[in-house]
Amino acid sequence: MANVADAAQGQDVQVVPRPGLRGLLAQTEIDLRLFGMLAALAIILVGFNLISGGTFLRPVNMVTLGVQAAGIAIISTGMVLVIVSRNIDLSVGSLVGIVAMVYAELMANWLTSLGIGIDFPFRWAIALAIGIAVGAGFGALQGFIIAYIGVPSFIVTLGGLLSIRGLVWYLSNGAAVTGLDPTFQLFGGGAQGSIGGTLTWAVGLVGSLAVVGLLFNNRRRRRQYGFPLRPMWAEVTLAVAGSGAILGLSAFANANYWPQGLADQYAAAHGLPAGLQISTGFPDPLMILLGVTLLVTWLGTRRRFGRYVYAYGGNPDAAALAGINTRLTILKTYVLMGVLCAISAAIAVARLNAATLDVGQSYELYVIAAAVVGGTSFAGGIGTIPGAVLGAFVMQSLAYGLAYIGVDSPGQNVAAGVVLILAVGLDSWNRRRGTRTPR
Amino acid sequence: MGTSSAPVVEMRNVRVSFGGVRAVDDVTIDLRPGEVVGLVGGNGAGKSTLMKVLSGAQGPDSGEIRVNGQPASISNPRDAKRLGIETIYQTLALADNLDAPGNLFLGRELTTPIGQINDAAMEDQTRKVMGRLNPHFKAFRKPVVSLSGGQRQAVAIARAIYFNARIIIMDEPTAALGPGETAQVRNLIKQLKNEGIGIFLVSHDIHDVFDLSERISVMYHGRLVGTVNKDDVTTDEILGMIILGKPPTKLTEKDIAELKG
Repeated sequence: MANVADAAQGQDVQVVPRPGLRGLLAQTEIDLRLFGMLAALAIILVGFNLISGGTFLRPVNMVTLGVQAAGIAIISTGMVLVIVSRNIDLSVGSLVGIVAMVYAELMANWLTSLGIGIDFPFRWAIALAIGIAVGAGFGALQGFIIAYIGVPSFIVTLGGLLSIRGLVWYLSNGAAVTGLDPTFQLFGGGAQGSIGGTLTWAVGLVGSLAVVGLLFNNRRRRRQYGFPLRPMWAEVTLAVAGSGAILGLSAFANANYWPQGLADQYAAAHGLPAGLQISTGFPDPLMILLGVTLLVTWLGTRRRFGRYVYAYGGNPDAAALAGINTRLTILKTYVLMGVLCAISAAIAVARLNAATLDVGQSYELYVIAAAVVGGTSFAGGIGTIPGAVLGAFVMQSLAYGLAYIGVDSPGQNVAAGVVLILAVGLDSWNRRRGTRTPR
Repeated sequence: MGTSSAPVVEMRNVRVSFGGVRAVDDVTIDLRPGEVVGLVGGNGAGKSTLMKVLSGAQGPDSGEIRVNGQPASISNPRDAKRLGIETIYQTLALADNLDAPGNLFLGRELTTPIGQINDAAMEDQTRKVMGRLNPHFKAFRKPVVSLSGGQRQAVAIARAIYFNARIIIMDEPTAALGPGETAQVRNLIKQLKNEGIGIFLVSHDIHDVFDLSERISVMYHGRLVGTVNKDDVTTDEILGMIILGKPPTKLTEKDIAELKG
């Protein structure tokens, strides 16, 4: 009897670790949602590998998949903040389209007429800076109308979707624009648009050291304030798993080589024997995605701006009564979206080596799907940036995998739609069951 | 106590209208340090709107606010907080998805020298202030949506007292609480009073108001019926002010009989 009473009181004192895998996971304080998505991603990749008879999981496929997902994933990091603050942005595809056209026009025509000729240094950077400014400008305009004039974001960005796509046509008179700066093309990935073997190992090393450093720093800070610590086995597991995964990815990326013809040309030019194998390492778009993810996660979780976005999403009145400048906060989320669309546009233009009228078409749907599959709630206040990036990879793996095993594009769309509904349905069901919802 | 010291807040001739409706019509009230002024009235009497003016959530159409004898301009909640005016809203105004430290410091986050949010420092401070209010509280990292009514109330109160408020506005502080938690809030009000903090207590519960207040201001259809010393009136007279909008001097035997009938 005494035991029963103790157990009942025990709730208040200290949570007894739950038995089983869930209990162990809880002690590591891993976000269960993210863990589940990683597992889903692994199942999708391994599943297609089995169906394709072991050819799917080759580095060359995975690098291509990563590059394709990067453009969507970059924008989805910002979409999380927009949806968390109870808004939506339907204009991202058109924003990508217009900035893509601006890049192409700048490098093909406009810069030259401004006296910045083909030989001008950092021509690509000038184009990039102007494109990002254009993206931020459109974002700020939409954000201003939403936050300060009070037109619903759905309407404003639906208008943006239509009218900005129309502007793309006027910029180019309906024709595709080619003739990019060679340096700018590196944003698109490919053999030369990758960071190479040595740098990839360096990135892997820095990444795994950063994981250990963050864990160590976190533990030190908790001890300093006398907060409960993770069990040591959990810390070690996290450190080993985290750095192991990062180094493993680096090794995997380095197992992808330049096309042999290109490598032989390079070897001939540098007086090296033919048959040389050159590692591509991580492609540039993935490095850009990595940087964007770290930056937006930092903005979202470690800066006041992000805290206010989440607070507004949780309770708009509470945020306003706490003295937060809610309008400026909303405006900033749209400026961020404009910048992210411009970055994504750079990758899209570089991959095509041209800007066509339909660059970025339907991006809004894939971006919103990525954010939602990644756990962002339309009720506001809930969603994580790494979740959205994982969501983008889940959706892209599915599309790429289906294409790889020969399913046509309508079939891919059917699957993508079903998975979207399944993912959100599963999530709602899980929450209703009363499990804790990690933030 | 009280009567000799200068008011910490004076609101003079405050008017607020929404469209054609005068929600607050030429109201003048004041509050002294260490004093609780009960603000009572029926639904739509204008008490919440009046308090919103003081907390910066609602701009007045006209009128003057003085804090510590100095004219004060309060055009948003930040201005009010800067003047040491904190508010505990009836709805509690918590962001459900944030944890207790996130809510306590909302809008006033502690940051590291490079401007990063310092969650550990905020949790540390929250543990200290919550230790005073509710020693059993342990859920420092759970979103406040998963807390009980009393725990949420404690977070809202902690937010008001942490920043060394001189004036606290409490809008129906016990409306959503059980008996034990109500007693805690009442003790807290007495404790804050002893620390010299002035409190406006907005409440429907006439017994709460009678127990805790020194003076009672009654509003009726946007107007101030009057401000009376608690010791000079009976609950019947206050009810007469609330329901009929008549000051005690104009209240007849017949009115009281009607109220009781």
